[in-house]
Amino acid sequence: MTMVITHLFTSFIAAASFGVIFNAPRKSLLRCGFVGMVGWIIYIILVNNHYDAIPASLISAVFISAISHIFAKIYRTPIIIFSVAGIIPLVPGGISYDAMRHFVLNDYNMAIQLAAKAFMISGAIAVGLVIAEVFFQLFMKAKHKLISKNT
Amino acid sequence: MSKNNENVFEVIELCLLAGKIMLQSGAETYRVEDTMTRIAEALGIPNSHSYVTPTGIVFSTDDTNPAKLIRISERSTDLYKVTLVNSVSRKVSNGELTRQEAYEKLMEIEQANYTFPIYQQVLAAAIASACFMIMFLGQWDDFFPAFIAGGVGFLSFIFLQRVVQIRFFSEFLASLIIGVISMLFVKVGLGEQLDTIIIGSVMPLVPGLLITNAVRDLMAGHLVSGLSKGAEAFLTAFAIGAGVAVVFATMS
Repeated sequence: MTMVITHLFTSFIAAASFGVIFNAPRKSLLRCGFVGMVGWIIYIILVNNHYDAIPASLISAVFISAISHIFAKIYRTPIIIFSVAGIIPLVPGGISYDAMRHFVLNDYNMAIQLAAKAFMISGAIAVGLVIAEVFFQLFMKAKHKLISKNT
Repeated sequence: MSKNNENVFEVIELCLLAGKIMLQSGAETYRVEDTMTRIAEALGIPNSHSYVTPTGIVFSTDDTNPAKLIRISERSTDLYKVTLVNSVSRKVSNGELTRQEAYEKLMEIEQANYTFPIYQQVLAAAIASACFMIMFLGQWDDFFPAFIAGGVGFLSFIFLQRVVQIRFFSEFLASLIIGVISMLFVKVGLGEQLDTIIIGSVMPLVPGLLITNAVRDLMAGHLVSGLSKGAEAFLTAFAIGAGVAVVFATMS
């Protein structure tokens, strides 16, 4: 439980700090932090329950994208502000780093394995983003149809 | 006829300016194209075509006017400017701003500098590094080393970027500095786990925005910009990895 609280706290601050580095509008910094926090907590809970990093990244990316779309709609800002802050913690920096280190130590077998995994995780994040976007667009279309039917 | 032509010409100028600011500030390709066609449509040019790549924009109307090209040589990340241009284009589409007003507003946005002061950015990078170190299952003992390494690394990146102006080289040197500092902390005994400290500190340099945008562009069918952004992200990641690798190869 303390671990979850620590992760909630650190991921919120880390995502909001990234908002500062990317110069997100000052009003949206806390929202950036919130998106990053939700995405990371879903990921870490899945990983702790023995899910592989790839499906965990995918599921968490779907949630990040969904929340970002909702925020973008509510606050009328480009979606990229929120989705970037949410995605950053999921980017497989650690695995790429490990891969690079094994390359340097001439352990090419391990290095290629790790690099392939990093590539798969990046792909999973992207697919997650697009899945949520497609669903969001379908939802908006359905809503428009309903509204035009009623009037 | 000549008056009409002049009008079209000025609308093209306005669209190109909006596109240029957005692209330089790190917006997605589809958003840049969408904004430009929307502004043009609202100001009376229904059939415009824009072709956007990370290094340049081509914009043409269906009239006899020649297509115009703008070269983009410098790109950075400034999401606030993306938001501002977005709201200007929204107002133009709603008819709340005339062409002249929109142009003045965009000129103002282009010249202004909205970024946070550098010390705040460095502080944010330092805090983010330390938090990432904890998130990647590091220990609280390593909080301070990651804080320092991440902050100094980001500061040296900003500084080198101004001096060298070759992005990959400054990223390489910045990650080299991060590696050296982390290694020193561990050797002195202030840090415990070298790996987590370095991974956390390197995070502010990691091309997360580029990767997300690259894949997003590819899926939207912007193959050229997707691939070139992907290449840029790969080069950045390689530069960071190489910097850390040099430290490992020489110091351990």
